[in-house]
Amino acid sequence: MENQEKMNDEKLKSLEAIFEAKIANDEKIEPKDWMPEKYRKTHIRQISQHAHSEIVGMLPEGNWITRAPSLRRKVALLAKVQDEAGHGLYLYSACETLGISREEMYEQLHSGKAKYSSIFNYPTLTWADMGAIGWLVDGAAIINQVPLCNTSFGPYARAMVRVCKEESFHQRQGYEIMMTLCNGTQEQKDMAQDALNRWWWPSLMMFGPTDDESTHTEQSMKWKLKRKTNDELRQQFIDQTVPQADILGLTVPDPDLKYNNDTGHYNFGKIDWDEFWQVVKGHGMCNKERVSARKNAWDNGKWVRDAAVAYAEKKSDKEEVRKAV
Amino acid sequence: MNKNWPLWEVFVRSKNGLEHRHFGSLRAADAEMALNNARDVYTRRSEGVSIWVVESKNITASNPEHNGELFEPAADKAYRHPTFYNLPDDIEHM
Ligand SMILES: [Fe+2]
Ligand SMILES: [Fe+2]
Repeated sequence: MENQEKMNDEKLKSLEAIFEAKIANDEKIEPKDWMPEKYRKTHIRQISQHAHSEIVGMLPEGNWITRAPSLRRKVALLAKVQDEAGHGLYLYSACETLGISREEMYEQLHSGKAKYSSIFNYPTLTWADMGAIGWLVDGAAIINQVPLCNTSFGPYARAMVRVCKEESFHQRQGYEIMMTLCNGTQEQKDMAQDALNRWWWPSLMMFGPTDDESTHTEQSMKWKLKRKTNDELRQQFIDQTVPQADILGLTVPDPDLKYNNDTGHYNFGKIDWDEFWQVVKGHGMCNKERVSARKNAWDNGKWVRDAAVAYAEKKSDKEEVRKAV
Repeated sequence: MNKNWPLWEVFVRSKNGLEHRHFGSLRAADAEMALNNARDVYTRRSEGVSIWVVESKNITASNPEHNGELFEPAADKAYRHPTFYNLPDDIEHM
């Protein structure tokens, strides 16, 4: 008995060693390959939460589709929001290959067990928020997602390649909205500034806690779920976004923001991590509203899903009868 | 009633002359809905001219644990490749 256990243990260790070597060698892991339980669990958590973020992320922008100021803006916003739905669907099906059902993922989102990106718990108060979200939130998402195109789990990497191809239009349409407002009346420019003021800090928080607070980084690096640390990605975002704000003639709401000639990077002020954790724990401005909008959509759509199944069954019964006679 | 929509695999031909390639999967109640959903999920930017959908349960896949006996025998059959054969350097059209 004891011997058998020892053998199983050794076998497991060698399987793990082969597995880790494969990843280190830049080989992909596909759904039917052997993988450690921890790898499976971590990926289910990350991919499903990523999917939830895409889906919940439609809500703040969906709020403005009917009130877009022109047809050009309206078709663009509609196309962007539809893309986010697509991103959610790519990711849910990638996650399903790991053995979790879609219903279970929805259940985790609706019950609050699964998280999604905190940024979507902030309200969209004016049209300028559509500009700020595309520019900053999709901008931050791109920085987070590009390295994932080379992640070790095949279905996740393939979904990310598709997602990243689609994201750049999202950011550009946002920036164009900001530019138009900034070239408009004083009132419009103020609106753009106000949106930047409200979305700047939450966007910086999208990269997650600082490196010394982040628990998963080392393991995630090994599995290529991460290529750079949270702080490195955040710095990259700031370095590339501040000059874009300058072009708009807007002021980044951080009095400590200053270009550092020695490092070649911007120094920036302290992030309010208490606010971040409050929102993560469910006490953000829109947490309840977002989850209940999702839940209502799912519950109220039940009769449609059931009717579609009933129709499909009836059709296939008829087909069988037709074949029999 | 509480029945979940089955899973479908989506294959897209990006243009005539190319084969259908696996693009991903989705959930739909029947084949017709799977086709419509596939159009919206996988071809929003003219990525395709033809779509196949196959219910995932109808696909039989090989098991990676048997990769050894399935695929390794091909590894020591170098004589199936043109480079296995020695020819003089100055020979042409071969
Ligand atoms: Fe997205
Ligand atoms: Fe996006």
